[in-house]
Amino acid sequence: MTRPLPPVVTPRLRDKAQAFGLTTAEFDEVVTRLGREPNAVEAGVFGALWSEHCGYKNSRPLLRLLPTQGAAVLQGPGENAGVVDIGEGLAVAFKMESHNHPSAVEPVQGAGTGVGGILRDIFAMGARPFAVLDSLRFGELNSPRSRHLLAGVVAGISSYGNAVGVPTVGGEVEVNACFEENPLVNVMALGLLRHEDLQRGTVGAVGNRLLYVGSRTGRDGLGGAVFASADLSVASEADRPAVQVGDPFMEKLLLEACLEAFARDLVAGVQDMGAAGLASSVAEMAHRAGKGVDLDLDAVPRREEGMTALEVMLSESQERMMLTAKPGREVELLSLFDRFGLEAAWVGVVRDHGELRLLEGGEVVAAMPVEALNRPPEYVREGREDDAVLAARRRDLSGMPEVADPAGALLTLLSSPTIASKEPVYRRYDHQVMTNTVVLPGSADAAVLRVKGTSLGVAATVDCNSRYVYLSPRLGAAHAVAEAARNLSCVGAEPLGVTDNLNFGNPTDPGVYHQLSEAIHGIEEACLALGTPVTGGNVSLYNQYVDGDVTRAVHPTPTIGMVGVLRDVSRRATQGLKRHGDVLLLLGDGVPGSGASEFLFRLHGMEAGCPPALDLAAEAAVQRVVRRLIMSGACDTAHDVSTGGLAVCLAEMTMTGGVGLVATVPALSVPGAERDAALFGESSARIVVAVKPDDVAAVLVACEAESVAAVRLGEAAGDRFRLVAEGREDSAIDLAVDELLTAWRATFEGALG
Amino acid sequence: MRPTTSKGIAVISFPGSNCDDDARHALQAVLGAPVRMVWHDETDLSGYLAVVLPGGFSFGDYLRGGALAAQSPVMAAVGAFARRGGPVLGICNGFQVLTEAGLLPGQLARNRSLGFVCRDVHLRVERSAPPFTTRAPVGSVLRLPVAHGEGAYYADDETLDRLEGDGLVAFRYCDAAGVAVPEANVNGASRSIAGVVNARGNVMGMMPHPERAVEPLLGYGDGRLVLGSLLDQVMAAAA
Repeated sequence: MTRPLPPVVTPRLRDKAQAFGLTTAEFDEVVTRLGREPNAVEAGVFGALWSEHCGYKNSRPLLRLLPTQGAAVLQGPGENAGVVDIGEGLAVAFKMESHNHPSAVEPVQGAGTGVGGILRDIFAMGARPFAVLDSLRFGELNSPRSRHLLAGVVAGISSYGNAVGVPTVGGEVEVNACFEENPLVNVMALGLLRHEDLQRGTVGAVGNRLLYVGSRTGRDGLGGAVFASADLSVASEADRPAVQVGDPFMEKLLLEACLEAFARDLVAGVQDMGAAGLASSVAEMAHRAGKGVDLDLDAVPRREEGMTALEVMLSESQERMMLTAKPGREVELLSLFDRFGLEAAWVGVVRDHGELRLLEGGEVVAAMPVEALNRPPEYVREGREDDAVLAARRRDLSGMPEVADPAGALLTLLSSPTIASKEPVYRRYDHQVMTNTVVLPGSADAAVLRVKGTSLGVAATVDCNSRYVYLSPRLGAAHAVAEAARNLSCVGAEPLGVTDNLNFGNPTDPGVYHQLSEAIHGIEEACLALGTPVTGGNVSLYNQYVDGDVTRAVHPTPTIGMVGVLRDVSRRATQGLKRHGDVLLLLGDGVPGSGASEFLFRLHGMEAGCPPALDLAAEAAVQRVVRRLIMSGACDTAHDVSTGGLAVCLAEMTMTGGVGLVATVPALSVPGAERDAALFGESSARIVVAVKPDDVAAVLVACEAESVAAVRLGEAAGDRFRLVAEGREDSAIDLAVDELLTAWRATFEGALG
Repeated sequence: MRPTTSKGIAVISFPGSNCDDDARHALQAVLGAPVRMVWHDETDLSGYLAVVLPGGFSFGDYLRGGALAAQSPVMAAVGAFARRGGPVLGICNGFQVLTEAGLLPGQLARNRSLGFVCRDVHLRVERSAPPFTTRAPVGSVLRLPVAHGEGAYYADDETLDRLEGDGLVAFRYCDAAGVAVPEANVNGASRSIAGVVNARGNVMGMMPHPERAVEPLLGYGDGRLVLGSLLDQVMAAAA
């Protein structure tokens, strides 16, 4: 086969490999794959597609470990989003993605465009987006920078999500000084579709035409994928033009127009233009079809004069979609977008040459094998645990003194940002638009949405305790999966699938690579044990900050997004106490300890010790029990014991329900500060339920059947919170519900500016 | 208005409306009324029983809530429909569109907090009259959700005096006991006003969302008092 050769390249291009995001070795690999030197356009496209953000070159060998198969999985990893079956011919498309680096530089646009990008991934699957959750991490709130980033990120999510009209129904906020320079902004979106409406990101057959729809292409967001794959530094502030600007109105039009186009069967394939823009969307769509594409760059709508071919290919201008028209439906497709006032242009034709060929003025200016673009080199590195982490984990905590005032310690924990009420945050989000939100933010361990026209409910949660992962990556990551499944179980939902967002530092650092590798193993183990396959996700590396000689990486944070189904959404649970006289029961016998706990961090100023042991079989059993109780109607109040331990768990049940309680937490037989560990120690596989006295027997029978321990803690009563550790009546906690609420609510009030 | 052949209730969709489908769901699937979705470029609303302008961010609301939508072709038809006496209900962004179009007095300013707010509010019913509030006695208290960034009703004192004097204030933000205390004024509205009607009483705008509050599964019921009043009126007229 003959084709016009690209311009001859001088050897000096190899010396500039780094400017294209390639190492010299990777540049040489490009030469090998092409059988010749690339020109600058080709080098730039390879650099972007082989970046970690697009190519997963450091993480892919590890990601292959993750279980991706399951009875409910309709679409696993490799598409725009994963899809799970929820029954009755319906399915949920879901995915989580990070916008960490853009949010660090320009929080409002960085977070807003993060929402926009993940929504496009969802409707590219043929699903109507119907819920958003956010997993956010910032430095301590006494830092002006952290408050600026928090306020900006919340404003960005709020203004984008609210305007598009997709409810933000849940999420988490973690605060730790390690996120001071590198905040983490992970956004998860869910969409609803009928099985037969599933779309795929493909160019389809030879002769198909590619339609570009949406915003024009500009220089904004140029090189974002490369930007996201580099360490942040003071110089990153100068990268501001690499942060895109969002237009939620355009997004809403694209969403409605695309869904109508799918419904009318006008489309053979579709993909969002996300990271690395036109280059990655067309290359990936061509790769899935095993075809080539001739892409006419002159036809790409532009908002600026004089853009180079590479700029057009790598621009990350927002709100753009690439569609493959069904043959014969081109005219209808074009007129549909015209009715929505959307600009659309034919930019490409599918060929059988297997290359991505770029044309300018009728000349081929770049020709790259689609296979090579989509098969970046893979790196398996040597990991080694940092000595400092090892020492922190092995620290002897047995001599810790008891706190003098357990009630004061409880109030301190309730005001800790990770635990404190996020109401001032979620008040900014429209959490009810689309009228499906059955369980509102702040009232349960997971969000629950009804599915109109059915009895089904969909539940979702995002979770990670990054301190656990820092101190023990494999165990900590498994905890994140276990907690997500526990949270779904506590509303009565059967967990179906996982999307993971792996936020780590620079993988060439052996300590970071160790964290990444161990964490993925931990996710693998927990997902296998709990029957929750991973259907997709996102990897965000280089979350570290170089300041002179010091490199500061974030706590490794493999955020777990999990989706579950309730067969009958009228049978569900929330965490707030509902009736005076309800009996409080602790299910599961996970042993609480102070290692890696929020208590140790906030009361003793230490991030040390080993996270709680995790018995995945016990975890699965207690989750089955609580789901069964909720589904049977015996229980409508459940809350998992997590950050802050049993005392915080019970306080949250009191505060959200507005009903006091009287309870005794069981004594521990471990040596050391037993009282504090009993009250505030963290564990796995523990859930508190509140049931009517008549239903206690049913709970005990259900626990017996699964060999799950059940202990009566006390009962819901009065308007005070009275809690005592067994055998330590000398230091009982006795606080008015209002005192708890004041401490719990104060932290985020005023923090948003 | 006595339509000869009813087309049902028109829910207007502007580009960027995002509560249009919620309004359709509440009126049609929950309350059983016939509904048609009407795209913003239509110019004739004759034959409809009522018009609902839904919430959302019409045209992105980058300029001012409802400012561009008020210039849409359909708004001339909405004006004509209202002049014929047809019931027109604007919810949230729809309220903004109605003030921008001059079909209701006053305007909606940015919330006092300067931020978007999504939460439940209590409303005291100030006017119990057809076609929007016959089911809700004066002084009764409703619980409805709000979700807006520009919802602070504003008018000059002369206008406010006239609205109050003529009984044209429909709802005020209040506490659970029905007292319009300042803390209950969720957005800083003039005189705690949450909804008003025009002089003739057939055009109403309100910031809270009755269409989100018609199903016990979602934790609400009071939206039925508003939408149910409207349906009582128009379905009787159509019969």
